[in-house]
Amino acid sequence: MSAAAGPPAPRHGLRIVLIWAVLSAIAVPLVVLVLGPHLPPGSFSSEAADQKTANTVMTALLTPIVLLILVFFGYVVATFRQRGSAIEDGPPIRGHGGVQTTWLLATTGIVLALAVWGSYTLVQTAHGAGGGQGPSPTDLPKGHRQALPIQVIGQQWEWTFRYPSYGAFETRQLALPVDQLVAFHVTSLDVTHSFWAYRLGVKADAVPGVDNIAFVTAKHTGSFTVRCAELCGLWHGHMYRTGYVLSRGAFDAWAAQQRAADSANLHDLGPYRRTYYPEPLHRAG
Amino acid sequence: MKTGTRLLVVLLGVAAGAALIAYYIVSYLMVTPHAVAATVTGPRQARLTLQTVASFGHKPHQDWVSYLARDSHGTWHHTTVLKVPAHATVHVTIYQYDTATGLRNPFWGRPEGIIGDTMTVDGKPLRELDPDLASHTFAIPDLGVTVPLKGVPDNAKNQCSVAPCTLAQAHTTVTFAFRTGKRGKFRWQCFVPCAAGFILGFGGPMQTLGWMDGTLEVV
Repeated sequence: MSAAAGPPAPRHGLRIVLIWAVLSAIAVPLVVLVLGPHLPPGSFSSEAADQKTANTVMTALLTPIVLLILVFFGYVVATFRQRGSAIEDGPPIRGHGGVQTTWLLATTGIVLALAVWGSYTLVQTAHGAGGGQGPSPTDLPKGHRQALPIQVIGQQWEWTFRYPSYGAFETRQLALPVDQLVAFHVTSLDVTHSFWAYRLGVKADAVPGVDNIAFVTAKHTGSFTVRCAELCGLWHGHMYRTGYVLSRGAFDAWAAQQRAADSANLHDLGPYRRTYYPEPLHRAG
Repeated sequence: MKTGTRLLVVLLGVAAGAALIAYYIVSYLMVTPHAVAATVTGPRQARLTLQTVASFGHKPHQDWVSYLARDSHGTWHHTTVLKVPAHATVHVTIYQYDTATGLRNPFWGRPEGIIGDTMTVDGKPLRELDPDLASHTFAIPDLGVTVPLKGVPDNAKNQCSVAPCTLAQAHTTVTFAFRTGKRGKFRWQCFVPCAAGFILGFGGPMQTLGWMDGTLEVV
């Protein structure tokens, strides 16, 4: 005599996959089309736009993974919740070859695909992605020989900027022309600082004795904030300045005015050099 | 020991530990030198008098370089917290008793952000100082103020080694004026690597409020 057949066991796995697929189909387009345009660091420069695209891609990839975890967690909590006062051991959990293989293949594929895509972006499309490439950049953007050099000098606790194409004047103000490839030459006179122009998508360490080069092309006029991103002493938090992206004409006028203002100082500044040794040292013991 | 008693002991222990940590942190953050106010000399006019010394000459750091500030009664205070009125012209006199170290960045050799972009050194107007002759700077970066301070010659007689120094000792006198705007709190500092014995000349007194760094409270 056979046992009486009960109602068929619900297919929990299928339910979870269906819920997850529906939510992902809704969420991923929302992330790409609605959230994506607002992700940092914006589109103030070509490099920033590339970084925003990268953030959008990674957020879109992340969304179904997070949803899978949340759906699974919620489904389990709702479906398998222990009711009543009795506490019993659940059924033993055993390995499932198919699930494990799928998980390994999927995560490996995602990580490798991101690595390939990230490397391609870094090398081919964003010429360094706004990061410092050291004194001999390998990812040179098109037209790099015509790039406007701007030297960024970090010192405890202030930034100064030299413009070698304009008589090598030095100023506390940072300005650059719109739609012009700029090569930031970042260095330091004392300890390590980090030049971080967030909206421009530029971040480069300022290291004494090193000419750290980062490329950027600003796409809009406006202002941006410069901060130090490397803890450098008492007034580290005060190492911020507002920089400006100007139209070509406004930039030329600004540069001429700065050069004239600095004219009395130029002979003391000495010739433009890619790095400066932290002298004098004789009081440093 | 009963469970309730154990729990009470643990809670009291945790509370005592948290209180000690909070006391340490708050004490650390609250230790700032007292303030010296600029002397008000007229409507929207104030006078600030400072001196720099090569070595403080007293505990806890006898050999540290330092600024001092003078109050309206003529008493010198070992502090770098200064108060000046808002929307006023502040006339500054700095008695500089230290020898020259030289500027690491010659850019700071040009006075900026002061009235007329001109300072006087021992009574003579000056728009630029040889970077090698600078002993210190008085700089308020957020107000755009930078003034290099000329050092006394290395071979000057009667050099001061214990603060406060007197006008009878070797010194240079630097004067300038700057205008304040709205109320606020601004840091000021020296840009010369003048901290003898510290890495790159920028440790110790260069990283400590009350010595070569301070705040300017515009009130």
